[in-house]
Amino acid sequence: MLFSDIILETSIALLANKVRSGLTMLGIVIGIGSVIAMIAVGQGAQKSVEDRIQSIGSNLLMIRPGFARSPGQTVSQGQGSSTSLTLEDAQAIESDVSFLSAVAPSVSGNYQVVSGGSNTRTSVTGTLPSYVTVRNIELESGSFFTDAHDTRRSKVAVIGPDVRDELFPDETDVAGKKIRINGIDFTVLGLTVSKGSSGMDSADDVVYVPLSTAAQYLTGSDALSMISVTVSDQSIMDQASADITELLLARHDIVDEDSADFRIMNQSDIVETASSVTETFTLLLGAVAGISLLVGGIGIMNMMLTTVTERTREIGLRKAIGAKRRDISRQFLSESVALTFLGGVVGVVLGWGAAALLTRFGGVATSVSGISVVLAFGVSAVIGIIFGYYPARRAARLNPIEALRYE
Amino acid sequence: MIECRNISKIYCNGDNETAALSGATFSVRDGEFVAIMGPSGSGKSTLMNILGLLDLPTGGTYLLDGKDVSHLSEDELANVRIQKIGFVFQSFNLLPRTSVLRNVTLPLVYGGVPRSDRQAKAEDALRAVEFPEERWEHLSNQLSGGQMQRVAIARALVNNPSLVFADEPTGNLDTKTGVLVMKAFRRLNREKGHTIILITHEAEIARYADRIITIRDGEIVSDMPNREVRND
Ligand SMILES: Nc1ncnc2c1ncn2[C@@H]1O[C@H](COP(=O)(O)OP(=O)(O)O)[C@@H](O)[C@H]1O
Ligand SMILES: [Mg+2]
Repeated sequence: MLFSDIILETSIALLANKVRSGLTMLGIVIGIGSVIAMIAVGQGAQKSVEDRIQSIGSNLLMIRPGFARSPGQTVSQGQGSSTSLTLEDAQAIESDVSFLSAVAPSVSGNYQVVSGGSNTRTSVTGTLPSYVTVRNIELESGSFFTDAHDTRRSKVAVIGPDVRDELFPDETDVAGKKIRINGIDFTVLGLTVSKGSSGMDSADDVVYVPLSTAAQYLTGSDALSMISVTVSDQSIMDQASADITELLLARHDIVDEDSADFRIMNQSDIVETASSVTETFTLLLGAVAGISLLVGGIGIMNMMLTTVTERTREIGLRKAIGAKRRDISRQFLSESVALTFLGGVVGVVLGWGAAALLTRFGGVATSVSGISVVLAFGVSAVIGIIFGYYPARRAARLNPIEALRYE
Repeated sequence: MIECRNISKIYCNGDNETAALSGATFSVRDGEFVAIMGPSGSGKSTLMNILGLLDLPTGGTYLLDGKDVSHLSEDELANVRIQKIGFVFQSFNLLPRTSVLRNVTLPLVYGGVPRSDRQAKAEDALRAVEFPEERWEHLSNQLSGGQMQRVAIARALVNNPSLVFADEPTGNLDTKTGVLVMKAFRRLNREKGHTIILITHEAEIARYADRIITIRDGEIVSDMPNREVRND
């Protein structure tokens, strides 16, 4: 029996009962479609989390003031409230710790920002030009401030796209514009490229000003909210982190590491935690969708068993005129594989479409990977073989005489 | 060439055993036209199934062209059937929703005949049973009973078998159509030399054959040449 003969027999058999074939296929369509869509949602979430974390800067260590505790003091003042990190600490890190590519001290707070009639409350970060390197900041237009601006305590600012939208909704070139932060006039130097935002900590809804300007006019203190450090290579992150800890403990006269007044967060730890969460999420979604695929597979088996019973006489006749077991089992197997394969194709298209619609109208990030499509085809064909195997075997083993006598 | 020695068949269905055939001994030479006649339930179909290699006897020896076939596997039997045997059934057993040509071609498909040779062979077989050419592409379920049986005969002939078995081929046809079908068998036997074994419970139909074997309760009760072959 040639392959083309099997195709012909299969299409005749499936077209003979279009409604039943269609409904059975629908089970697989829904199964494969939901697998594709669900995995797309899961992977989209994973990708956006990773992208966002990467956009903050890779190989990044973030040093924050921790619980400042003097001996005997048990009540913590809360994170970030201490004045433990200073510009001198940042300079010491830069000069004494090796294999760092950039160090950026920063201070941030929320202030009212006004321009003309519009105003918005936003996060203002005072920092140095090295922040651009550390946090991968790109400029849409204009330029970032320089060390000279910091030395002179110039009242200049770089704004994020969200702030631009609030204050200068219809303008692309914001350089030279005036804004008032906390009642003080600043000149806008540039606009940053959007990094896409989700959650509370947006990199778009922000205003950057020189560190010393912020210390003098906004915070009125030398305390830092953070020192961001880029390590030159991923592999020495732990080493760099240990060196910084040692240096800062010595500088702050703290002996016991457990009572340190700062905390170091490692970028790769954050990435790992975030992706393990989204991986579990993807897996869970995939498993739910997989169950509907299984139900679809059982539908196929059910239909094939019915078909074998209905066509018992036909099987008997085929055997009488020379069909071998192999010919019969191939015929029925190819019917179930054809159903699942076609169902798989339609399911992939629908799942893909559903993912696109979710992104377009639901604002859910999705990502359909080539692997999940290939996997869906493979899985649907395998389901056809697994759930078609038993009915096909049953057909192949029918005794020709019994089959011909069957009413 | 068929040779049966003391063939018996016992069906076991759980506890009760049915002896459908007991000790049938006879032989059929190539080119003969034999009718096996007997009342319903006498074991005719059982005998045909064994002779046609659809089933194996529970006792005795069956030699087909000098070869003992009682120990062949299911697939080996299928191979012998493809090469040597054609079947015509009472209920036609055509594939529904399938064209006449495709139905006739089916044994060639299982026989591994290349696609290019199939068409010509199927057309030859349909011409041999005088099936009108304008209906070759019709679906089998659009035909009348007599037409279906002709297609079934063409299908039995398509791989040019030496042996053709027909189990009550006129059972579902009216008398006039039945006569036409029997004449077709006659001509195939006379002109193409096919050995034909015809199974029937009607004496009128058996009279088309050259030799009549009568069977009753699984035993052969008479085996004699037909002296008055119908020639109408
Ligand atoms: N598959 C079977 N299982 C059990 N008994 C059977 C089977 N086939 C036939 N028989 C029995 O064997 C006997 C002969 O049947 P059969 O060969 O079909 O007779 P005929 O074709 O002459 O009508 C009958 O009694 C029938 O009931
Ligand atoms: Mg019978």
